[in-house]
Amino acid sequence: MLGLSIREVSQALRDGRVSATELCRKCINQIQRTRYLNAFITITEETAMEQAQRTDSRLRTGKGKKGIPFSVKDNFCMENIETPCASGMLKGYVPPFNATVVQKLLDQGAVLVGKTNLVEFAMGAGSTDGVFGPVRNPWSYTSLYREQSTEDPDSDWAITGGSSGGSAAAVASLSSFLALGSDTGGSTRNPGSLCGVVALKPTYGLLSRHGLIPLVNSMDVPGIMTRSVHDAATVLRILQGRDERDSTTVQAPSTPPRLPEHFDIRDICVGIPKEYHAPGLSKDTLAQWSRVADMFEQAGARVQEVSLPHTQHSIVCYHVLCCCEVASNMARFDGLEYGHCSKVDSSTDAMYATTRHEVFNSVVRRRILSGNYFLLKSNYERYFVKAQQMRRLIAEDFKNVFRTGIDVLLTPTTLSDAARYSDFIQEDNRTRSAQEDVFTQPVNMAGLPAVTVPTALSHRGLPIGLQLIGQTLQDWKLLTVAQWMEQKKSAFIRSKVQQNSKIWKYFY
Amino acid sequence: MAASSSGYSRMFFKLRKYANKSQSLYHTDSFNVVIRTIWTSGSKTQLQPKVHTKSLPQMVGVVGLEIHAQIQSTSKLFSGSHVRFLAPPNSLVSHFDASLPGTLPVLNRRCVEAAVLTGLALNCTINRKSLFDRKHYFYADMPAGYQITQQRVPIAVNGMLVYSYFEGRRRNQVVTKSVKIKQIQLEQDSGKSLHDDERSQTLIDLNRAGVGLMELVMEPEMCCGEEAAAAVRELQLILQALGTCQANMAEGQLRVDANVSVHRPGEPLGVRTEVKNINSVRHLAKAIDYEIQRQMEVLQSAGKVLNETRAFDSKSGNTIPMRDKEGLQDYRFMPEPNLPPLFVYESEASVPAGVDPAQVVVIDRLSGQLPELPSVKRTRLVETYGILQEHSFTLVNEDGLIDYFENVVQTTKAEPRKVIGWVIKELMGNLNSQNLNVSQSPISPCALAELISLVESGHISSSTAKQVFQEMWKAPEKTVGQIVKEQDLWMINDKEELQKICKRIVDSHPEEVQIIRGGNKKVLNKLMGEVQRETKGRTDPVQIRAILEKMVS
Repeated sequence: MLGLSIREVSQALRDGRVSATELCRKCINQIQRTRYLNAFITITEETAMEQAQRTDSRLRTGKGKKGIPFSVKDNFCMENIETPCASGMLKGYVPPFNATVVQKLLDQGAVLVGKTNLVEFAMGAGSTDGVFGPVRNPWSYTSLYREQSTEDPDSDWAITGGSSGGSAAAVASLSSFLALGSDTGGSTRNPGSLCGVVALKPTYGLLSRHGLIPLVNSMDVPGIMTRSVHDAATVLRILQGRDERDSTTVQAPSTPPRLPEHFDIRDICVGIPKEYHAPGLSKDTLAQWSRVADMFEQAGARVQEVSLPHTQHSIVCYHVLCCCEVASNMARFDGLEYGHCSKVDSSTDAMYATTRHEVFNSVVRRRILSGNYFLLKSNYERYFVKAQQMRRLIAEDFKNVFRTGIDVLLTPTTLSDAARYSDFIQEDNRTRSAQEDVFTQPVNMAGLPAVTVPTALSHRGLPIGLQLIGQTLQDWKLLTVAQWMEQKKSAFIRSKVQQNSKIWKYFY
Repeated sequence: MAASSSGYSRMFFKLRKYANKSQSLYHTDSFNVVIRTIWTSGSKTQLQPKVHTKSLPQMVGVVGLEIHAQIQSTSKLFSGSHVRFLAPPNSLVSHFDASLPGTLPVLNRRCVEAAVLTGLALNCTINRKSLFDRKHYFYADMPAGYQITQQRVPIAVNGMLVYSYFEGRRRNQVVTKSVKIKQIQLEQDSGKSLHDDERSQTLIDLNRAGVGLMELVMEPEMCCGEEAAAAVRELQLILQALGTCQANMAEGQLRVDANVSVHRPGEPLGVRTEVKNINSVRHLAKAIDYEIQRQMEVLQSAGKVLNETRAFDSKSGNTIPMRDKEGLQDYRFMPEPNLPPLFVYESEASVPAGVDPAQVVVIDRLSGQLPELPSVKRTRLVETYGILQEHSFTLVNEDGLIDYFENVVQTTKAEPRKVIGWVIKELMGNLNSQNLNVSQSPISPCALAELISLVESGHISSSTAKQVFQEMWKAPEKTVGQIVKEQDLWMINDKEELQKICKRIVDSHPEEVQIIRGGNKKVLNKLMGEVQRETKGRTDPVQIRAILEKMVS
């Protein structure tokens, strides 16, 4: 039951094969069973069960909405639910309102089972350095992975990627049918790829950011994680559209009720950006990338190499812009209105300084320091303005490619499958972010939609995902192509999840 | 920048606020009570500082103004919280105002319209596209750690304000000047900090945080306090006429900072100081003149003027250095990423397809709403009623006085030039001496009109009328007729009675009669005065003179 897609489980609820309460209980039990993954910061068992019961009573009257259990990354605000955002700064902070995207899911009768783990303020690609500790990749506990490991499961496990690692793990470990992440430089797609789930980063502005604790306002987008492309499309349909509380949102283009089951791939032109043959790209991922490109070609799609010449500079510029907005957004955390407040009160400035020093981790502090440096009057032109100019060129690159008739771009999502935790932490957050976000952040710079779909398992038994990038507001077309790819490639991963429960021996 | 600097280094307080409780947050008993002051006319003393030197040209003051005008709107610039003066502390604070993470600014169209209206009234170019920026600094009453403002591209630029003041011995010569408005930018106001020295703690009230401000920057083209005061007074009248700002300085709706320097004409501008903490137009003039004088004296004694911020102390009339925020601030400006560019459209036709014209700001629509501006009003008054220019200033300066005046003019047959005397001398004299507004006048326009009509028709004399006016002021419930009757003030028009009275006076003043008959006609005035005294002014002087002349001839 837990391995079903949203579409399948919705049918089961409608048919009365399972009640919302039973389904919710199963998910909560699954979360409890997989506590060692550390995917959740808060489990909302009580409110979830209440909500599921209400849904059931409505279902009995025939007018009820579905009671699909879901989880939400802990950087989305939820009324009366503590939202520490993996930081000591917001420990104990209880927001007084719901994020728009969360509210929209609740309005549909979805049942929130918990808030998922991340890195502090979503800064980083590993889900390894939040105050609640690292998240473990569920795939480290399959027989495929364990059979190759000689070490203890507590010392040899793979990371989930990040920063939405908890959300990816929740969907992959069957604790939720869907999870919300956020995607600033790849934070939804990166863990989605490493955890073998479908992860969609919609067009910037298509989903409201109201209630999302910001990282980089000009790039943040709520992300959608599901176990099928069809499910991602269903959720996108619910969440998209203008929100008067977020002035950067746009009207959603009209979308049909569901993705087309059959469509002709021969009408599609797939671009392969040559700059994505980056150093450090693993053999497995490269092989998978070319295999899928061939698959498109063999099915009759036009596949052609394209160039995005400015992409190579993207990661550097991304870091400059990211740090600037971080420095600015973090200025509100002064300990006065909410959050941690230092006991030092010798002066206002001393109180500010110690409050911030006591709880921000070194990653956050470094980004604030860099950002403030870049924004100094004497540096502004040299860093911020230059990075903005480059950002425009990167966006232009994409536009130019799409102008030549390309419908989607096919790229790897990450350099390789998930790293072992002990290997990953050998490098600092800054280095890892630069490596991990290399294929994902250009899309955020340009505001485009992109989705990662699991396509294979690596020789280590860990998922490999490929990324499809679409044109602005062409999310639906992007998902249509993604679904085709999924049907051809990744169905086998899902079948493993669903049918061969032996590989999840630590789960059951 | 809206927050004022403070020298308090010790701050101790906890604002624990989970915003669902934010409607009734930290209350405090200490409260600022501001007494409304009414400023009526140009400063009486002309403080043109003059320092003479032998060979060089005289030094002159150079004054530029930075004005923060609080936008008159029901809600704040980027949130739905209400705007109200003197509401209980922290009772008007939304999640956004308290900078809760995840909240986003949503621009209030009413505030944009106010800025565009103001820009149009001040002859500005309205930028079709303007941008918002973040200006960063840590201050306890600015919860986000930055202020959203318009640093790069403000909503309006290159305007001009025309203002006038009076010169001459009787202060009745009108001098008209103009000052360039560099720009008008939209920005957020800060909250307020209340420092409690005794317990060394600071209380914060966020009611004002996020209220819309228009920052107007006037070029340094004025030379003294009087000019600056006249410019600000004119601006106040314009803003009030537009309804975009209540412009009361004492209530902080209009905050004026003056940039003051001195130099010799032809030489580069001197080092300037910024004078803050000015809460009336009168103080503005004083502060500027003091500062010009001070800087001149510093330079005369071979000293140096420091580039600093100074506060005006209204008690001593001096400016004193404010303890600066630590060192030089780098505001680390950055574009506000949560607000798209602000577009303003020329006409409904230029609104792009897919955009609801009712939801955007259209200049044509706003120009149509522009009310009669004070300068136009004054010209109209002078032309329509033939009154003196200086009187038109008084009429426009006082809220409601034009209506009052026009009301009286319409209800009486008296010449407007006669009415204006009553309105300016009697009515305003009484109002000012009792610190009342026109709307609080105990005498209605109708009653005054009735009184003036009685004078016109010869039923009472004008000197009696002034007496009646004071009686009416004291007893507004009585009609003019009642008062005149009760006090027996009707004019004596009966020829025989007048003859009798005059006869009595002539008989009792034989010496004077003698002198008049001797050729000194001036002494007749004394007899006339006696008649007036006897009749309590109830006679027509022309008639009395005729009768007396006949009797003594």
